Amino acid sequence: MATHSLRDRVAIVAMGCTPFVEHWDKGLDDLAVDAVSDCLEGTGLTTADIDAYWLGTAQGGMSGITLARPLQLVDKPVTRVENYCATGSEALRQAVYAVAAGAYDVAMAVGVEKVKDSGYQGLNAVPVPGDGTQRTLTAAAMFSMVAPAYARRYGVDPAELRAAMARVATKNHANGARNPRAQFRREVSAEQVCNAPVVAGDLGVYDCAGVADGAAAAIVCRAEDAHRFAGTPLFVKALSFIAGNGGGLGDPTYDYTTFPEVAATARDAYAQADITDPAGQLAMAEVHDCFTITELVLAEDLGFSARGTAWRDLLDGRFDLDGDLPVNPDGGLKSFGHPVGASGLRMLFEAWLQLRGEAPPERQIATVGPGRTRALTHNLGGYPGEMVSFVSIVGTETD
Amino acid sequence: MRGITSWGTCLPHWRLDRTAIAPVAGGGGGRGTRAVAGFDQDAVCLAVEAARIALASGTSTPQPRQPDALLFATTAPPLADHTNATVVHAACGLAPDLTAVDLGSSVRSAVGGLVVALRGSGATLVAAGDVRGGRAGSAEEAGGGDAGAAIVVADDDPSSPVVAEVLATASATAEVLDRWRVPGEPHSRTWDERFTEVALRPLVLDAWERALATAGVTPDAVDLLVVDAPTARAGAALARATGATRVADDLAATVGVSGAAHAMLSLANALEDLGAGDDPAGRVVALVHAGDGADVVVLRTTAALPGHVAALGAGRTVVGQVAAGAPVAYGRYLSWRGVLDVEPPRRPEPQRVSSPAAWRAAPWKYAFVGSRDPDTGRVHLPPSRVSADGLRTDTMEPAPLASATGTVATFTVDRVAYSPSPPIIFAVVDFDGGGRFPVELCDLAPDEVAIGTRVELTFRRLHAADGVPNYFWKARPVRGATAPDASVPDGEDA
Repeated sequence: MATHSLRDRVAIVAMGCTPFVEHWDKGLDDLAVDAVSDCLEGTGLTTADIDAYWLGTAQGGMSGITLARPLQLVDKPVTRVENYCATGSEALRQAVYAVAAGAYDVAMAVGVEKVKDSGYQGLNAVPVPGDGTQRTLTAAAMFSMVAPAYARRYGVDPAELRAAMARVATKNHANGARNPRAQFRREVSAEQVCNAPVVAGDLGVYDCAGVADGAAAAIVCRAEDAHRFAGTPLFVKALSFIAGNGGGLGDPTYDYTTFPEVAATARDAYAQADITDPAGQLAMAEVHDCFTITELVLAEDLGFSARGTAWRDLLDGRFDLDGDLPVNPDGGLKSFGHPVGASGLRMLFEAWLQLRGEAPPERQIATVGPGRTRALTHNLGGYPGEMVSFVSIVGTETD
Repeated sequence: MRGITSWGTCLPHWRLDRTAIAPVAGGGGGRGTRAVAGFDQDAVCLAVEAARIALASGTSTPQPRQPDALLFATTAPPLADHTNATVVHAACGLAPDLTAVDLGSSVRSAVGGLVVALRGSGATLVAAGDVRGGRAGSAEEAGGGDAGAAIVVADDDPSSPVVAEVLATASATAEVLDRWRVPGEPHSRTWDERFTEVALRPLVLDAWERALATAGVTPDAVDLLVVDAPTARAGAALARATGATRVADDLAATVGVSGAAHAMLSLANALEDLGAGDDPAGRVVALVHAGDGADVVVLRTTAALPGHVAALGAGRTVVGQVAAGAPVAYGRYLSWRGVLDVEPPRRPEPQRVSSPAAWRAAPWKYAFVGSRDPDTGRVHLPPSRVSADGLRTDTMEPAPLASATGTVATFTVDRVAYSPSPPIIFAVVDFDGGGRFPVELCDLAPDEVAIGTRVELTFRRLHAADGVPNYFWKARPVRGATAPDASVPDGEDA
């Protein structure tokens, strides 16, 4: 038994994405309609031409009817999926598999989340009846335990680590400032980041992703059918997903400096896509920067930096918009907020724009070119020690 | 020979300086401190803590001796129409084959339980806990205290010897309405304090004389008199009336009068005092309880007492716990007791515990029993049916870790998550002998935790929703009696 690469068997041929903001004037239905309309625009297709739908929403509704009703989908198979904060990526994954399996010709993945109607700070999971012994910590608190552990393990001066974490925030906010779909469109200074009110541990407000509503969508079809659609398609090179068993929480050898589920999905995806030097072969990466320290550790788990060096690579600007490997050129979760069901597809949307040369000039990365036509998206959910992780690799050329 | 074979007491970590009351409430307060239960401790939690010590320290065998009956007394039962003693039973990890009942809901119920146990047969665990309050600025608020106490009464046994033999018990009863609370009301009401003293005095002296006659001792032969009265003033007057010469500390200056727990708490303190003294055996100790009548217990210490006190350890004595507390600001105290309604975090409040889920998980939830993989030694917290490699199912052994100590591997302070008293201080704890569990810390300030901090488990009430208290375990620093104090000013972290 093994994971088999679906490399170049499925193509992404259209995408859409709403602005990610506090959409007080739009409900879940409106966001879904907007993202799907944006996705269909220019394709000549209507919703009736899509054979099957996968809806990713963590808490927006139950069942496929959550999408079928607002879009008036008639007699369509619509499946609602949820996989923590990787929910949007999960929708894409299922649509790709269905097409690869030959079950459908054309499928759509839609991710949508309406977070701001809850009235609470941050993200909150729908409670499941239980015995009352579960943790009630915020994600910020769980991830905040990574920073001191990382500093200790690699002997990094906490002030330097602090500066590297601030660099994640300033970099992503600078990118988001150049993105009309982003929630936060102002650059921030390292000083602002470091002096912000504390949320948990050493994480301040600017170390945390925002909270926004939003939706995104993608149409996938068999690679050989991609020519029927205008423009350059993105071929799916690799899809990897792992639901951790929570073992890290109870494992005394787990030291909170790495996310093993992420490292495993990265290995799997690179094997599927034949990537041996991710930082050199990928043109860009969209990663799950739910907290600044998360992006720092992800750079190591995804193989962009050697262990214990991502903090220095960040400070050296390697992951800046004009760096060796731009990471989160759209502004990331930091600038977009994190409507759970939509984020995975929002990441893919930036790869869609950048690899096809459609990003606005002030944000277009220079790394795309011959030999570097692929992008990685990484989406995680859960916490250090108990995590789901998703990695995709897409590219504009078939191998 | 029948008598007390063991005891345990619990003073909560926090102390309210009574001088802090008047500037806020406009009056009241006084001198000294009173013990304050954490926001996460109710009467059951305090009793559990005391009972666990009593069960663990009264025996020379590795397994705690299983009592035949468990009596739980409090004036502040977390639930009515439900037996709260079953929570004490579950948290102590006791076997099912015993009687567990509540005695309520007056102060006298705890002493009544002790008297009945001393007159009865078999081994009885009498556990009491109380959280005493009153309106802001009231004498009840300042004079009350929160505590737990537990005593094991049994016949002498080589593995759990009697440390204080009962010589006599006597009671006197009359209807004296000097203190009352309508069920559901937060605070008690009282009559004039001098009325209490006048009405109770003849009852106390009547029971006192009968008890001494049965025991065959005179007042001057009583080596230490313990008086538990509704107020410190009434207690002092009644002590003088008995003619006994040496009167034990009534703990009013440090703990406050801790309701149903106070008689056993004061008696434990007296036994610890005698047990650590020069001539611990053969000493006569008398307990006088005044309130809704009078109860007198006359005991004589045995040669087993000093060893028991030594085994208890200085940090677990009443004196040791009094010395180890940390101050809590009056505002925070009021918010903990629900008097001051403080803005909560803008986060969802926990939902009520599912009763069936709690029932299924009872060993884990109430007694912190995980599972240990016999093939690898890996400890699973919470317990797992399947081994960590996914290969073996239902081969695990129970791993009871409630008494384990551990070390903080890493920690954080969560300033956003919902808590009845933010912020949440949280740590990943590695237990000695195996097992890791991420768990909330309590009884400390945020700057008191570090990697490497030694912690122990404590049974707490995390919150309540829909009237259902949610009990589970937290960890707190292992403190010696000389641990440095931690201050928790108003509006600061705790």
